[in-house]
Amino acid sequence: MEIAEELAKQQKAISVAEFFEKNRQILGFDSAPRALITCVKEAVDNSLDACEDAGILPDIFVQIKRNGDYYQVIVEDNGPGIVPEEIPRVFAKLLYGSRFHTLRQSRGQQGIGISAGVLYSQLTSGKPTKVISKIAPGRPARYCELTINTAKNEPEIIKEEDMDWERPRGTRVELEMEGSYVRSRRQSVFGSLKSAAIVNPHARITLVEPEGNVEVFERATESLPKKAYAIQPHPAGIELGELIKLLRYTDKKKLRVFLKETFSSIGTISAQELCSRAGLDPEASPTGLEHEEAKRLLSAFKQLKMKSPPVDCLSPIGEDLIKAGLEKEFRLDFIATTVRPVSVYSGNPFLVEVGLGFGGELEKESRVEILRFANRVPLVYQQGACAVTHAVESVSWKNYSLSQPTGSGIPVGPAVLLVHIASTNIPFTSESKDAVADVPEILVEIDLGLKEVARKLRRYLSRQSVLSERREKEEIIRKILPKIAKKLSDILDREEPDIGPVVAKIMGNLLVFRRKVAQNGLTKVQIEVENHSDLVRSFKLHEVLRQEAVAVSPAAKVISLGDGYDYHWKLSIGPGESTTLSYTVQTDDAALGEPVVEGLDAEIVTGARVI
Amino acid sequence: MEKTEITQKKLEGLASDLYSQFEKGIVPHISLPSRTKANIEYSSKDDVWIYGDQETLRSVKTVRGAKTLLKTVYLSELLIKEHLRNNRGSTLREIYYISENWDIAKFHEQAESDRLIEDLEIVTALQREDFHVRPEEDGAAVFGPLKLQEKTRRGEKDIHCQEDVGEAGYQIPFNVDNIKFQSHDAKMVMAIETGGMYARLIENGFDEEQNAILVHIKGQPARSTRRFIKKLNVELNLPVVVFTDGDPWSYRIFASIAYGAIKSAHLSEHLVTPSARFLGVQPSDIVDYNLSTDKLTDKDVQALRAELTDPRFNTPYWEKQIKLQMDLKKKAEQQAFAGKGLDFVTKKYLPERLTEMGII
Repeated sequence: MEIAEELAKQQKAISVAEFFEKNRQILGFDSAPRALITCVKEAVDNSLDACEDAGILPDIFVQIKRNGDYYQVIVEDNGPGIVPEEIPRVFAKLLYGSRFHTLRQSRGQQGIGISAGVLYSQLTSGKPTKVISKIAPGRPARYCELTINTAKNEPEIIKEEDMDWERPRGTRVELEMEGSYVRSRRQSVFGSLKSAAIVNPHARITLVEPEGNVEVFERATESLPKKAYAIQPHPAGIELGELIKLLRYTDKKKLRVFLKETFSSIGTISAQELCSRAGLDPEASPTGLEHEEAKRLLSAFKQLKMKSPPVDCLSPIGEDLIKAGLEKEFRLDFIATTVRPVSVYSGNPFLVEVGLGFGGELEKESRVEILRFANRVPLVYQQGACAVTHAVESVSWKNYSLSQPTGSGIPVGPAVLLVHIASTNIPFTSESKDAVADVPEILVEIDLGLKEVARKLRRYLSRQSVLSERREKEEIIRKILPKIAKKLSDILDREEPDIGPVVAKIMGNLLVFRRKVAQNGLTKVQIEVENHSDLVRSFKLHEVLRQEAVAVSPAAKVISLGDGYDYHWKLSIGPGESTTLSYTVQTDDAALGEPVVEGLDAEIVTGARVI
Repeated sequence: MEKTEITQKKLEGLASDLYSQFEKGIVPHISLPSRTKANIEYSSKDDVWIYGDQETLRSVKTVRGAKTLLKTVYLSELLIKEHLRNNRGSTLREIYYISENWDIAKFHEQAESDRLIEDLEIVTALQREDFHVRPEEDGAAVFGPLKLQEKTRRGEKDIHCQEDVGEAGYQIPFNVDNIKFQSHDAKMVMAIETGGMYARLIENGFDEEQNAILVHIKGQPARSTRRFIKKLNVELNLPVVVFTDGDPWSYRIFASIAYGAIKSAHLSEHLVTPSARFLGVQPSDIVDYNLSTDKLTDKDVQALRAELTDPRFNTPYWEKQIKLQMDLKKKAEQQAFAGKGLDFVTKKYLPERLTEMGII
């Protein structure tokens, strides 16, 4: 026998389950603490996806129990349940799922996640995974114990029976595995559920930790996220091979119909236009297209400016819910958010949302925390390898009032950044879905989003500094000036000086200052009005007198009030200018209330009552 | 008018200035000469360095300014009501502690209250002794052919600064105004930086041999020490020479005696002895006498550079000496003379130097 023939005997297909059995790090099961986190995360993602599809507000219960050397992971939801026949394959067959073949935003994509958990569980503990699922109140629940036959990548049912379950509907999965429970850092079950709660403010997640401690991430909204619809691929950035495949297997008889029906954003007119640009007959059969012709069609795709893919294939969190999510988990002084328009990379629509929280109880001297999310799933590991991190690092944060000690890199300051990428297909760097690849189109969108919120932060901070200047002045006036005045009067044994005029000067206020001179039974009243601000002040000044006054200068409007007279002047005083009003009354009637200013804010007026 | 009354009137004047600023609607403020190197200039009238025209404005427009003014009025009240009216006094440190009860007017550190006292000296053109404010330590020690009378709490005492004192000498009280000189047999006053050299000269009988009044200035001299030296110079018409280590910090000690200190330039006319001359150790002595030396540190070099831009050192003599020292990169202590024998300094160096200076 030839060597090649000898070797040929050893060649055989490898089941995907066997492959992952040997390469568990690809799926995120490379360390004991991480295995636990990944498993919880996959189960919770499935629950959230299922609830969203069914239009149910998710209520997810997670419990981690220690069982000798092993950990038990229990995840239970109030979702729509899984029909009994599907349960084995959903949980115990890799690459089995409902989402791989549709273009629609969802957390799960390939149908690997939870089955990888089942695989890991049986490898480390040797125990089957227990599943209970119920699809309607009147129906019995189905209980299964499952393992994966790794050689065939097929489920093996250890036990299967109907049972009673108190829930109206939902699914419960219980896995036992090697693991290690950590808390107190972001890369933990607690941390990853906390992050999940931020971007899923419609979900209530309850976590029972091994020591029995219960954490509830309460929901911040009762409204479900907008449902994402499946769409056709977008022609921008599609590759030649993909196009040829689509052409070959279509059931459409005419090219123009093929174009219109197979792709999103192509209508009757643009289908015609594409055909004429490519020099192809719109009525020809798409299956008969030559390689050269397909190439021409592809270059026509590139020439023609197509409209963006429809947004309804994506389900952004939205600015309000990002804000609510951040508010829920951090104490902040300021939140800025932005949602970028839908964009496309390689035919896949995507959209970037950014939130920035500032101040509050965030650490002032440490690096800014970056919360990364892809299709509402928190990304916890491999921050350094992620497009989000790279985009954050390349922004020049000094221009936006955050410090960046080395001139580039993650900024330092009391801030938290949230970046969510929603797409029908997130380009992860690996199957463990830890980091988003550096796709140029995505980097650009993240960069623009970051800069938008950063500009909002800068505006907020500059407004704050104006306010703090005013606060500083207020401190002088409220606390220090009265004390100085009091001490001076103590030293000199004189009456306390009126600090009003000085206050008006320091605050840039309008000062109303009244002086009275009594003479021969008459009192001459003088009112000085000084504008210490930088703006023109227009307002009415009222004096309420018991009797009519004489020698009123300048003339005032008088309204009889029955028991007195309201004298008022309409005034407009330029910045730094002043004016004097005067009148004379009988001294007996000189008892006056405060002058009244109408038409200005109380805090910019000193020496008068404001209405 | 009695001094106390004048002081009280001046402090009240300050308060009433602020009071009337409130009344007139002027933002209350005090202006002070700025106390920096850039703002001292030579007064040919008194041959001393005083503050120039640059002023800093302390106004209530800022929180800091307002707080300082608040502290100023609290301090004025203390000085008027506690000190002057009751004829009592406090030390600088005590004032810092008294402010404990002043709420937001409390001093954060003693340097702050010290500075504010100096501000009041400037504004009122008085001295802290007039406010009955004392430093913690008294002045330094004197040894030499001088008889004086000191007014003490136990009456007036006659003291001869060789015969009536111990080995350490006569201690200068904080208020030099309480001293009257009676008689002397001296030809010069020598201010000495280190205790070691002061003791060496006494042990070698230099005071008797050369009829010198030796003043141990203990590093940077206290105000009372400087006033005492000036008093000797003015009232007894004695030449003053200053003998220190040969390094930039010691030149500053000389400068504070002969030209005045930047911090207290407002008091120059009371504290400064413009005719005082620098004896040594000069950088040129290091070469001439082949003294043992230490290397200049980076800080020393910085200090020398700063002195080259200091108007007080802007003379050909100092420029030559400082540049020589920067070339040598060396400094020498007073004690370096001991390397040539214990009598070297009194038998050779000082007689030679003093002859060169035309004093003996």
